[in-house]
Amino acid sequence: MKHEIIIAGFGGQGVLSMGKILAYAGLLDGLEVTWMPSYGPEQRGGTANVTVILSDSAISSPVLDTFDIAVILNQQSLDKFESHVKPGGLLIYDPYGIHRKPERSDINCVPINATEASVEMGNAKAYNMILLGALLRLCPMVSPDTVIAGLKKTLPERHHHLIPMNRQAIDRGAEIAGL
Amino acid sequence: MEEDVKLMKGNEALAHAAVRYGADGYFGYPITPQSEVLETLEELMPWETTGMTVLQAESEVAAINMVYGGASCGRAVMTSSSSPGVSLKMEGISYIAAGELPALIVNVMRGGPGLGTIQPSQADYFQATKGGGHGDYHLIVLAPNSVQEMADFVGLGFDLAFKYRTPAMILADGVVGQMMEKVVLPPVRPRRTQAEIIEQCPWAVTGKRGRGHRNVSTTLELQSNEMEKNNIRLRQTYDLIEANETRSEEFMTEDAEYLIVAFGCTSRICRKAIEDARAQGIKVGLLRPITLWPFPKEAVCRLSKQVKGILVAELNNGQMIEDVRLSLSVGSSVPVCHFGRTGGIVPNPQEVIDSLLSNFPQSK
Repeated sequence: MKHEIIIAGFGGQGVLSMGKILAYAGLLDGLEVTWMPSYGPEQRGGTANVTVILSDSAISSPVLDTFDIAVILNQQSLDKFESHVKPGGLLIYDPYGIHRKPERSDINCVPINATEASVEMGNAKAYNMILLGALLRLCPMVSPDTVIAGLKKTLPERHHHLIPMNRQAIDRGAEIAGL
Repeated sequence: MEEDVKLMKGNEALAHAAVRYGADGYFGYPITPQSEVLETLEELMPWETTGMTVLQAESEVAAINMVYGGASCGRAVMTSSSSPGVSLKMEGISYIAAGELPALIVNVMRGGPGLGTIQPSQADYFQATKGGGHGDYHLIVLAPNSVQEMADFVGLGFDLAFKYRTPAMILADGVVGQMMEKVVLPPVRPRRTQAEIIEQCPWAVTGKRGRGHRNVSTTLELQSNEMEKNNIRLRQTYDLIEANETRSEEFMTEDAEYLIVAFGCTSRICRKAIEDARAQGIKVGLLRPITLWPFPKEAVCRLSKQVKGILVAELNNGQMIEDVRLSLSVGSSVPVCHFGRTGGIVPNPQEVIDSLLSNFPQSK
């Protein structure tokens, strides 16, 4: 089992933390994981992306050219990474702010309107967890329970009251993906 | 899951490992892509637990001279920086080598020359392995390729530095510093006591302490015949290190017809390239130098007799390739080609395969 994933969007959308939460859940499930961010000035208002790999065997390169899964949160990232999804792969995108839809017919392109859903939830910070919930519904590489267990272990006590909101966001994402 | 398995960046793992090793002091100045080292140490506040000193100096030059001072006293002290910052430290590093003092220096390389870019690079290979500072000296240069090794090489680096009384360098890159992986942190060791330092480091500047003489640490020797003795003694130390501490790792070399030589993050990318190339029937293997100095000459020489071509892959315009060529037997006709990306560009595995196929079309 190996999942090679790129998550890409604007800095501030929670791209890096979504990848980190996913990687940590993989670690809790005993998988090998790597998390390789783009770092530097592009994080401030520009594009940010992170490559996450979950595997049941040792991971060689943390840097990849093609991906099984792409989670795309803005137009620039779609333009950049659509052609890098492996045939038969999965492309999840937020249609909000995207004016050119994905064109590939040899991959599964799934719109997840997480912007709208986070507004409905009244919490913009739920955005990346909605997408994570959708991702885990479409490709159950780790369970949402493991994600929550990871949050409990990594978040300081004072933020634990936010965990139920994160659970709701994951469930909402799974619900949208299941429609 | 084992309780001690953590998910962290290479830079963070290195900072944790320093505290757990029982390091006495860290002196640094922030620079991307290694600022998490100082940040993590400040967060860990080891001065309240182990008593380790953590200090943000006013500059890289100040930091390395604090290391020089601490090392003179037999303390396990370290600094970290990235390429332009490491250039600033070079005078101090030469002095530490001349003083026959143990210290750990970390370079998380970024693109250069000059201020360059903040993205990953391996362009400081020459600086780390061929001197960098002035005079006839070497550093023991360790090149980690994983977060686990960023943690493990702290202890290894300090141990080698103390064993041979010479500075050691961890030559990492922006990828290894910034990526997160699973890591099992090394065991916690207590810091050495002053009595232990006096016993184990009879050269340390610790005060007269009942001895007939004071220890003095100096690098000035105006008498040429005395200075030459120092140079000969250093050479003898380097010979010992070359004989005993050369480290490398091989992957799929048993039946390899082509060889890739790569270190650090590039070795990880090449490993993936080799997995993919093998799936296409190309018999290629990897030699990964773990110590860049001393360089694994014998492993290169041995494998060069088995293969039809060698590709040296590195994030520079061709530096380690010189050591690969120098490792070949006299009269060896094996072609040695180079694949490099620069400026902070990190290649993907397919680019390595493409380079292998274009340099050695008969490999397919």
